[in-house]
Amino acid sequence: MLLPLQQLFVTRLVITPMTIDKDTIPRIARLARLEIAPERQSALSEELASILSWVEQLNALDTSAVEPLASVTGHDLPLRDDIVTDGNDPDAVLSNAPEKTSNFFVVPKVVE
Amino acid sequence: MSDLLSLTAVAARSALDKKECSASELTAAYLKAIEDTADNNAYVAVTAEKAMDMAKASDTRLAKGEGGALEGIPVGVKDMFCTKGVETTASSQILKGFVPTYESTVTSHLWADGAVMLGKLNCDEFAMGSANETSVFGPVTNPWTAASGDLKGKALTPGGSSGGSAAAMAARSCLLAPGTDTGGSIRQPAAFCGMVGLKPTYGRCSRRGIVAFASSLDQAGPITRDVADCALMMTSMAGHDAGDSTSIDAPMPDLMAALSTGVKGMRIGIPDQYTLEGMNQEIVALWEKGRAWLEDAGASCVPVSLPHTQYALPAYYIVAPAEASSNLARYDGVRYGQRVEGATLDDMYAKTRGAGFGDEVKRRILIGTYVLSAGYYDAYYIKAQQVRRLIQQDFLTVFEQVDALLTPSTPTAAFPLGEKMDAVSMFLNDVFTVPANLAGIPAISVPSGLSSDGLPLGLQLIAPALREDTLIRGAAVIEKAAGFDYVATGAAS
Amino acid sequence: MTKSVSPLVEGRTGPWEVIIGLEVHAQVSSQAKLFSGSSAAFGAGPNEHVSLVDAAMPGMLPVINRFCVEQAVRTGLGLNAEINLVSVFDRKNYFYADLPQGYQISQFKQPIVGEGSINITLSDGSSRDIGIERLHLEQDAGKSMHDQHPTKSFIDLNRSGVALMEIVSKPDMRSAEEAAAYVSKLRAILRFLGTCDGNMEQGSLRADCNVSVRRPGEPLGTRTETKNLNSIRFIAQAINSEVARQIEILEDGGTIDQETRLFDNATGQTRPMRSKEDAHDYRYFPDPDLLPLKLDAAWVDQIRDTLPELPDALRARLLNQYGLTPYDASLISEDRAVAAYYETAAAGQDAKIVANWMTVELFGALNKMGLDLADSPVKPEQLGKLVARITDGTISGRIAKDVFALMLESGADPDQVIEEKGFKQVSDTGAIEAMIDAVLADNADKVAEYRGGKDKLFGFFVGQVMKASQGQANPGVVNGLLKQKLDG
Repeated sequence: MLLPLQQLFVTRLVITPMTIDKDTIPRIARLARLEIAPERQSALSEELASILSWVEQLNALDTSAVEPLASVTGHDLPLRDDIVTDGNDPDAVLSNAPEKTSNFFVVPKVVE
Repeated sequence: MSDLLSLTAVAARSALDKKECSASELTAAYLKAIEDTADNNAYVAVTAEKAMDMAKASDTRLAKGEGGALEGIPVGVKDMFCTKGVETTASSQILKGFVPTYESTVTSHLWADGAVMLGKLNCDEFAMGSANETSVFGPVTNPWTAASGDLKGKALTPGGSSGGSAAAMAARSCLLAPGTDTGGSIRQPAAFCGMVGLKPTYGRCSRRGIVAFASSLDQAGPITRDVADCALMMTSMAGHDAGDSTSIDAPMPDLMAALSTGVKGMRIGIPDQYTLEGMNQEIVALWEKGRAWLEDAGASCVPVSLPHTQYALPAYYIVAPAEASSNLARYDGVRYGQRVEGATLDDMYAKTRGAGFGDEVKRRILIGTYVLSAGYYDAYYIKAQQVRRLIQQDFLTVFEQVDALLTPSTPTAAFPLGEKMDAVSMFLNDVFTVPANLAGIPAISVPSGLSSDGLPLGLQLIAPALREDTLIRGAAVIEKAAGFDYVATGAAS
Repeated sequence: MTKSVSPLVEGRTGPWEVIIGLEVHAQVSSQAKLFSGSSAAFGAGPNEHVSLVDAAMPGMLPVINRFCVEQAVRTGLGLNAEINLVSVFDRKNYFYADLPQGYQISQFKQPIVGEGSINITLSDGSSRDIGIERLHLEQDAGKSMHDQHPTKSFIDLNRSGVALMEIVSKPDMRSAEEAAAYVSKLRAILRFLGTCDGNMEQGSLRADCNVSVRRPGEPLGTRTETKNLNSIRFIAQAINSEVARQIEILEDGGTIDQETRLFDNATGQTRPMRSKEDAHDYRYFPDPDLLPLKLDAAWVDQIRDTLPELPDALRARLLNQYGLTPYDASLISEDRAVAAYYETAAAGQDAKIVANWMTVELFGALNKMGLDLADSPVKPEQLGKLVARITDGTISGRIAKDVFALMLESGADPDQVIEEKGFKQVSDTGAIEAMIDAVLADNADKVAEYRGGKDKLFGFFVGQVMKASQGQANPGVVNGLLKQKLDG
C-alpha cells in the first residue's frame, strides 16, 4: 500500500543501484560482534544494498560548504563538580550479571 | 462513579479531588481493563500489586490534601523506560531478565507527581520499527478496526515504536502513557490509535534511564487521550536533569494556560513539500480541513517551503542506525541481560548478540556499523549530518515567517499487521515525523478525523524549539473543531 | 647548551636510525571519574568504585567533570601547547570485556590541546626539543584478570571511566635515553602542575612506545607499538629490545609487521599480543550524549596566570641564581620537593657545594636507606649548616663526611655533632706549629731530601701533620706553616 509513496521518493531521484560484495556482511557483522546465520547473509546483503541505494539520493545535494550538525541543542557542554557522589554499591552493579564471582564479572578467558 | 474509564486524566484528577472516586478504585478499574483487553498484547508486564500500593498511597495523600498534579492517575510505561525493581527489556530478548536498580528521570517525575504505575508496555525492539512488529513479545493489535473496506476484519497495527502505549491508551487500559520518539515513535502510533502524541523539543525530557536508540534524536513525550491531558503530562515529564548533558535548562511555558489561548493572529505554515503525489486523498482533505479550522479560529495559513524535506528520511536512516550501532554495543552479555556461552570472549559476544537481537535491530546495527566504518564515514555519516543541518536551517528560516507548521501526521491510516513490506517502504511511515527529530524541534499529533473506513487520522503541528505552548494552543483548536470523540471498538468499558 | 645529534645504532650491515614516538596516558589527579561521580581512587575492592554509568547500564549517561577539563588545560599550558577553545568528544568503538559501553569516550578529530613541546636534557648535557602532537581527555578501561581461573577472566570496573590525559609526542626521539628523558621531563611537568601524581607503579602514568628503524635519510620504516609500559626503565628496555629485534629482522632480509606488542618485565623483551585484533576500525564519531566542549578564553587565561614555576623555568633559575652545572640543575629541577629542599639548604651558603652534597652524598645515602627525600633524617637547614661549617673552616671536607654520617643516624644538628665528637678543626697556629715541629723532627731524613729538591715530599709532611692532628687541623693553616718551616 505504500508503494506509490516509495515510487515517489525513488523515481524523483537518480538512484545508482548498489551492490555489496560478499565479504561486506561478514566483515561488518564481525565488527559489530553479531553472529549471522550463513543462510541469512545473502538476504541481508540485498537489504543493505537496497537501503544504501535509497540513501544514495543524498548525493544529489551539494553539501561541500555545510558544517555537519552533531547536536541540535544550542547550549554548551555542562560541567559537573569533582565530587564523589556515586559508586560503593557493587551489589547494584553486579545484580544483573549473568556470571559473577566475589564481586567480579566473569567472562570466557581472554588471552592477551 | 460508574464509568471511570471514560474520564480523561484531567477529569479523573478533578474527580479524585472531589472525592467522587478514590485512586484505588480508579487503579482497580484500569487493572480490570488490562485483563479485559489482554488480547491486544499491549502489556508485557502488569505490576498490579505495586499499582494498588501506589494508589493507596495516593489516597492517603489526597485525604491530606497533598495530592500531586498526577495524583492517583494510572500510567502504563513503555518498556524503554528503566523502572526500578521492574523488569525492563526494550522488548528485546537480549534484555530479558534485566531488573534495573534505578528509575528513569521521566518516570520518576511522574511518580513524584503522584501517578500510579500499572505495568510495562510493548514496543518495537529497542524502539526500532513503525508497526510494533519487531517486539520479542510479539505484535500489538490496534484496538481500532476498519468498519468497511479492504481492511475490514483485519487486525491492524497500532503503529510503532510506542505501539503498546498507543494501543493501551486507545483500549483504555491506561490513562496516560509516556512514549519515546526517535523518528515518529510517539506521533505515528498516536495517530493510528486516535490519541494525542507530543514529541517535545530535544532536551526537554531527560534521557537518563531511557534505553537509548539514537541519542541525538530520542525524546520522551506524552501519549494522552486529549490535548489537556497532554499539557498536564508534558509539564510533569519535562525538567532539567544534571544527569543528562543534553538536557535543556529552560522553563516550560504554562501549557495548561495555553489550552485556552487560541490561535488568533498566529501564522501557520503549510509546507509545500509535505504534499506527496499519490497521497491518500482523505489525508489531503483532512489537512485542508485542519487549515480551515485554524483559519476559522483566527490564524492565517500560508504556504511555506522546506526545500530539503525529501532528504530527511534517508539522512535519518543513516544517523539513527549509526548511533544505534554504538548505543547497542553495551548489550554484550557481560553485566546484564541474556548471555549465550561461547568458547572465547568474541564467540560469546557474537552468539549473545546474534541470538539476543531480532532481525530489524540486527539490520540497523549492520547499517550503522557500515556507515561509520573506515572509508564510508564521510560519504554517509558526515553527509547525513550535513543534510541534517540543511533541514534544521529550513525550519529556522521558515519559523522567521510563521509560528507553526501544519502537516499530516502520517501518509496513511493504520495498516494490517503482518503486511509484507520491504525496509524502505516501512521507513516511509515516518516521512512526516522524522524532520522534527532531525531538527530537535517539538511536534504534536492530534486526532482529527476518521478515514472512510472508520480509522483515526491525525494532523501534526510543528513548532520552533521550546515552543510546546504553540503546539498546545494549535492542537486545542484543532481538537475542538474536529470534535474527535470516537472510541476504539476494542476499548475496555 | 649543545644540541644533541641523532645517535645511530650500528648494525651488522651499517648504521640505523631509530624513530620513537610515545603516547603517554596520565591519570588526572581528580577525586571522581571523568564522566561519573564514582571515586577515581586506587585500592578499592572489586567493582566498588563503579557507578551505573561506569558499568554502562541501559540509559545511563555521561556528564563531564570540570576539574578534569581544567587539568587538561593546565597541562596543555605547561606543555607550551595550543589550547583549543572548542573540542569534541568522540566514541571509539570496539568490543572488550573491560570496556562496558562497547566504546571509549575519547577525543579524536578535535582534542582539547594541540601542538606543544618539551625540552629534554641528556646526561652529556646536550638538550633538544621533543614535539607534542596533542593532548586529549579520555576514559580509562576497566581491568581484566586472566590468571585467577583456568578458563575464565575476571572483570573489575573500578578503573572504568577514570580520567586520562593522553599525551601524544611527535616521532622526535632517536634513542631509548631520549625517550626516558622525555618521560622523566613530562612526569616532572605533570607533578609540578599537580595534574597527575606521576605514580608509574600504580599506573597513573604509562606509556605506549611506537618504534621503527630506518637507514639514515630513508623513509620511515614500519613501526610497532609496545603497550602499557609502567616504568621509565621498562620504556628504555622495551625500546632497546625492540630496536635490536627490528634491526636483526631487517638485516636478515625480513620485514617488520605493524603490530601491537607487549613487554615482558621478567625477560626485558617484547612479544606480539596474542589476541590479534582484526584490522582496527574504531568507527569514531562524535558522542551524541555529549555536546562540544567550549572553553572561555578568560578562564584559560586565569589558569595560565596561576601556573606554578615549571621545571624549565626552575632549571634556568638554578643555573642563573645558583650557578649550578646544567646536569645538577636538571637533576634538582626534576622534582619540586627536591628543588625546595635544595633552595632551603642553599640559602646563604655556597650553592655549588650544597648541590654537590645533595646530589652525591644525600641522594646516595637516601638511596641506600631506601628513603624518600621527604623522610630524610637530615633536614635542608642542617645540610646548609654543615656546608657552612666547611666553608667557615670549622671542619674539613673529609671530617664533614663523618659528621654527615652521624647526622643521618641521629638526625642531629651538625654543630651538635661537631661539638660532641670534638671534630672542630684546629686552626690554632701554636698547636699546629708544635705538631709540625714534631713531625719534622721525626723525619729529619725526609726533610733533608725535600730540601735537596724532592718537592713531592711536601704532601707527605701534610699527611703526617694531619694524622697527628687526627684530621682536625685546618689544612690551609697546616699548608702555610709547613711551607714556612720547610722553605724558610
